Amino acid sequence: MAPVLEVKNLRKRYGAQTALDDVSLQLGEKEVLALLGDNGAGKSTLIKILSGVVPHDAGQILIDGSEVHIESPKHARELGIETVYQDLALFDNTQAVGNFYAGREQTRPRWLGHFGLVDDKGMRKETEELLDRLQVNIPPDSDVGLMSGGQRQAVAVARAIAFGKRIVILDEPTSALGARESGNVLRLIKEAPEQGVSVIVISHNLEHVIEVADRAVVLRQGSYIGETEPTAENQEKLVGMIVGSEQAKAA
Amino acid sequence: MNLALRLIGIGPVLILALLVVILTLATPFFLTGENLKNVLVQVAPLACLAIGQLFVILVGGIDLSVGSLLALCTVTGSLAYGWGSLGPVLTVPAILLTGIAVGALNGIMLVKGRMPHAFIPTLATLNAARGLALLLAHGAPQPGMPKIVTTAGAGELGPIPVPVLIVAAFAGLAWLLTTRLQWGRWIYLVGGDREAARRLGIPVDRIVISVFVFSGFAAGLAGLITAGRTNAGYPSAGELDELAAISAVIIGGASFFGGRGTVGGAIVGVLIFGVIKNGLNLLNVSVYLQLIVIGIIVVVAVELDVMRRRLEERFRTRQGAEA
Repeated sequence: MAPVLEVKNLRKRYGAQTALDDVSLQLGEKEVLALLGDNGAGKSTLIKILSGVVPHDAGQILIDGSEVHIESPKHARELGIETVYQDLALFDNTQAVGNFYAGREQTRPRWLGHFGLVDDKGMRKETEELLDRLQVNIPPDSDVGLMSGGQRQAVAVARAIAFGKRIVILDEPTSALGARESGNVLRLIKEAPEQGVSVIVISHNLEHVIEVADRAVVLRQGSYIGETEPTAENQEKLVGMIVGSEQAKAA
Repeated sequence: MNLALRLIGIGPVLILALLVVILTLATPFFLTGENLKNVLVQVAPLACLAIGQLFVILVGGIDLSVGSLLALCTVTGSLAYGWGSLGPVLTVPAILLTGIAVGALNGIMLVKGRMPHAFIPTLATLNAARGLALLLAHGAPQPGMPKIVTTAGAGELGPIPVPVLIVAAFAGLAWLLTTRLQWGRWIYLVGGDREAARRLGIPVDRIVISVFVFSGFAAGLAGLITAGRTNAGYPSAGELDELAAISAVIIGGASFFGGRGTVGGAIVGVLIFGVIKNGLNLLNVSVYLQLIVIGIIVVVAVELDVMRRRLEERFRTRQGAEA
């Protein structure tokens, strides 16, 4: 079976600067893949390309084995790719349920499309069920503006898992959180494959990566350096690959 | 903490209730059916403008053009009325379409012209629409309006004045749009976080243009009522009404930062405005003092919004510490 996502020989330049140089990688079905690298390694560029924010210069992107040309963030979402950026893209003036369905509110009757009445009851019920299933202890009608950092992160991640049909990309999901709040978010990520999605997670925190990821790919200065299974024993090897002190090019 | 937030939420209603109680005690002429009817009729055009303004403020914008636009609408209506035998039929469409067209122009200039703030295009149309109204009307009121317009502005249906019915219907429509339609949801989301809305695939530019069209239509409706009440195309009507409308919306609890505010709140803001004016008139207080009172209430209303933000901030940090 073809991998959920395959990136082949991806290149991206910003002027004279090479942000991505011939990067290839695969994301398997129901896999949690960590993307590691120092600042400027190309992680952000890669996820911006995959989520339709910037176009790539050369290379191919395949979803379920067929090539796609991701034209916009909206298009990426239609292809089943949901991205959670560090700023979360949440609306403080809106309840959790409104944030869940932001931009894709359900309306009734359905044939009226955008001109139907917003189905608050239905959306609330489904949000409640989903948060239950993900064991996120947040009432659907609580104001996001009044939530703590961890609750906000949980809402954003849960939203991505719920609507991401194939792939969920998480950019530093735990960087702003304390230990307990991180634990909740990490559990969400670990259980995401049970909801039918594959995950790409970017993190600086190797302990968190070891806890949730099946595999870790390391980028440095825009190039693919190698990959390994993130375990406690491999931690030093990973650090070496990230900073480039050891020539650990073995894939 | 939540209690304080809730108190701020119903602040405008409390202010209105307080005013009503004070004025009822201060003068026997305030709480009479006839006087209250007067208040409602007087604020009808302002209520239309405020509802339109609310939509613009919800996306974090401002529409300075509506006072001038109201006047221009009455004048184009008067011109249409003079257009032969079709005149009476064309008057109302001319009034409303003028509002819609200038509103669309505001929105398109802002979005497509990449202007830094809604202040700019609507400041331009504030001047241009007033100039055009005066030019077209040769600087003087043009008397005469068809029956349908005078009915809209001054008629009564049973005991209820028609302009009040128009406002009620318009407010009901606006309520439906803001609370029950996806368009309304998107207006709040765009006002809440424009960049996030864009990233989630909401057509931000189209939403922004649409609220200016709506505000233009609201100005047309206010123009219709004004033309009917004065029975004229009135090129100097509505001066400074844009500021009154903005004040009413802010007094009614909408946030100038965008993303917060309700139709009900805007109506309450308009009523506070009308009751103060009416009450101080009944008490023979000078017009000058009325302006000062309104200024103070605007400051109080905005401070309440700032306080609400700070309370939310504190609530959030506390949540974080507990989690």
